[in-house]
This record gives sequence, structure tokens and C-alpha cells, in this order.
Amino acid sequence: MKETTNVWEVFIQSKNGLAHKHAGNVHADDKEMALQNARDLYTRRNEGSCIWVVKSTDIVSSESEDSESFFDPANDKLYRHPTFYNLPEGAKHI
Amino acid sequence: MIKFALIKLLLMDDKIFQEKIDKDRKIEPKDWMPEKYRSHLIRQISQHAHSEIIGMQPEGQWISRAPSLRSKMILLAKVQDEAGHGLYLYSACETLGISRDQLISQLHSGAAKYSSIFNYPTLSWADMGAIGWLVDGAAIVNQVSLQRTSYGPYSRGMIKICKEESFHQRQGYEIMAELAKGTKEQKDMAQDALNRFWWPSIMMFGPHDADSPRSGNAMKWKIKRQTNDELRQSFIDKTVGQAEVIGLKIPDPDLKWNEKRGHYDFGEIDWEEFWNVVNGNGPCNKERLDHHINAHQEGEWVREAARAYANKQIKN
Ligand SMILES: [Fe+2]
Ligand SMILES: [Fe+2]
Repeated sequence: MKETTNVWEVFIQSKNGLAHKHAGNVHADDKEMALQNARDLYTRRNEGSCIWVVKSTDIVSSESEDSESFFDPANDKLYRHPTFYNLPEGAKHI
Repeated sequence: MIKFALIKLLLMDDKIFQEKIDKDRKIEPKDWMPEKYRSHLIRQISQHAHSEIIGMQPEGQWISRAPSLRSKMILLAKVQDEAGHGLYLYSACETLGISRDQLISQLHSGAAKYSSIFNYPTLSWADMGAIGWLVDGAAIVNQVSLQRTSYGPYSRGMIKICKEESFHQRQGYEIMAELAKGTKEQKDMAQDALNRFWWPSIMMFGPHDADSPRSGNAMKWKIKRQTNDELRQSFIDKTVGQAEVIGLKIPDPDLKWNEKRGHYDFGEIDWEEFWNVVNGNGPCNKERLDHHINAHQEGEWVREAARAYANKQIKN
């Protein structure tokens, strides 16, 4: 028997077409209750058009301490950004 | 040798931590933090959360007695917001490794406190005005400052709360303004509410800086960004003019503008009353806590049923 209530992370899509964004979390025993609690807690002022709830224990996170080594494959690849490139004088719409 | 290396490592952690704070970087739940930073945060955030929750009681008592449908809907929405604030803050507190159950039992045992302002009774409809205007007003000054607190989850909670608070103060001030321009009885009622809530409101910022021993660390770690006295002064400076606009008188004969300081001077606070209420002897301490304990116990069957239902779904 499960004794403690689950924690669910709440993601809200503020408008049709936009990405869901993390808003916070709620306590609830099952998924329906989690959705209803999330609605009552995070969308009292029409903040959302769609809500996702995900059990907190199902989320995998990188460690912020070793973020440097974890993210360093991207450090030396400035050529992935448009500002890296030299454009001839007068070139437009590029 | 090993012990020595361990101490050195801890000192290093401490140094890195303080450097982060000094650079205004936020501390996140998984980051290393000194135990005292963690326990200070748990005490402060839980006290803040409990205040939001207990704070629903004095106003909740007036929902069924609101003088119009408009004021009833507004008060209901306001009290509901406070429940939300409590939950945001419990969430932030839980990231520090304490459970919701532990937090609630600390409240019930008296190990955790809540703001003393909620241990005063609400005797008339004007008190709804005074609470929104002064109590939420004082809370806003504190919370705006805490948006810049160093602990990430607390800071994000404050930002969300501040967005919702602005209507709370306005609805209270509107009630006061309406009463103040009404019949003589109505104006007297508003003045009486201001008289009773003024001093407790400015006590909400806590003891003077010189008598507030924990402030040092809290400022060094940027848990607090402004001292009790700075926050109190800024609340008083904002509020005096608002009282004048609606023709009510702040009950402090020593209140006057100090040109040189650029602030209002004000009278001596009755610290004996403050400590008396903090230590459990205010007019409503027992009533507030008993009510919370009863509601929590009476709700146990609902939590039990929800758990049983969830377990049944897992099995099927
Ligand atoms: Fe609040
Ligand atoms: Fe409020």
C-alpha cells in the first residue's frame, strides 16, 4: 500500500500553438486528481489552455554541479550560430 | 589526515557557495548548501506558508457575511488565492528535503510559527478592508523584496505570489475608501479597524534590526535582501499618504515627515505585546490552531479514500 501522496510536476501551455512550460507542482493520489489540482492551483486567471502533469519521480535531471562537463560538447562550436559567418557588404535578406 | 582533508573540502564548498551568492547566482535544490542555510530557509519558508494558510481564517469568517454579491465573490477569490500561496510555498519548502506531513505536524505542535497578525480577531466588515490594505500591503513590501532571495524555488514562488497580490491590497483599500465616505457609523467603523490593525501590521516586519539575531546570516546569504527596519519604513512611507487620501487618521501621534531623513518618523512599537502574541497569548492563537488541527483531522477520511482509490487503480 502506498502511504504518501504523489508529487506531480505541472506544465502549462498558455496559448494554443505555444510550448508547455513548467509551472510548479501539486500533490495528488492519481492522475485525474493531479490535473484538477493543477487547474485549481495554477490557472485561476486563465493562464492555460492545456495542462500536462508528470510524476516528479519520473523526471530525469542532469546535475547542475557537473553541468560544465555535461554541456561542453557545445562549447567550441560557435559555427552553429549565424553570427559566426562573414557576409559580403551589401548582402540582404540572409 | 583524512579528517583534515574532509574539513578542507567542506571549507572549499563553503567558499564556492558564498562566491555564488555574492555573484547573485541562485541556489537550486540539488546544489551544495551549508546546513544552516537550509535550516534557516526551512524555518522562514514554512513560517511564510503557514501564515498564508492560517491567514485564510480571519477573512474566511466574513465570506458568508459580505454585504453584497460583488464583495462576496471578491473575498472568496482573495481567500482562495491565499490557499494557493500557501501551496506554492509548501512546494518550495519541500525542495529542501522536508515533507508536507512534517511541515503540518510542526505547525500543529507549535514548533513552527505563523505571522502573529492572524491572531487578532476580525470584528467588523471594515476589518476586511484593513486586512487587505494594511496586512496584504505589508506582506507585499516584504514579498517584493524576497523576489530577489538567493534560493531559486523561493524566489520563483515570490514572483508568482506578487503578481497575484496586487488585487488583494486594492480590494481592501476600496472597502476602506467606500466606508470612509459613507455615513458617520461607516466612517467610524473604518477608523476603528485602522486603529486596531495599524500597530500589529507594522509589527509584521519583526523586531528592530538591533534585536534580530538571525538577520546577519540571512543578509549575508541573501535569503533576506532588506532588513526588518528598512522594510517597515518603506511600508509606512507608502501608507501614510493613502490614509490621507481617504480621510482616515493613522493612530500614531508621533508620526511625522522628517525632511532630513526623507522618511516618516513614527512612535515606539509595543514590543511586549508583540512577544506576548508570538508566544501564544494573543486573542485568537488557540482558536486559529485548533481550527486547523480539526479541519486536518476531519479531512483524514478524504485523504484515505483518495489513497485507496489510487491503489485500487494500480492493481487493476
Ligand atoms: Fe498571500
Ligand atoms: Fe494576499
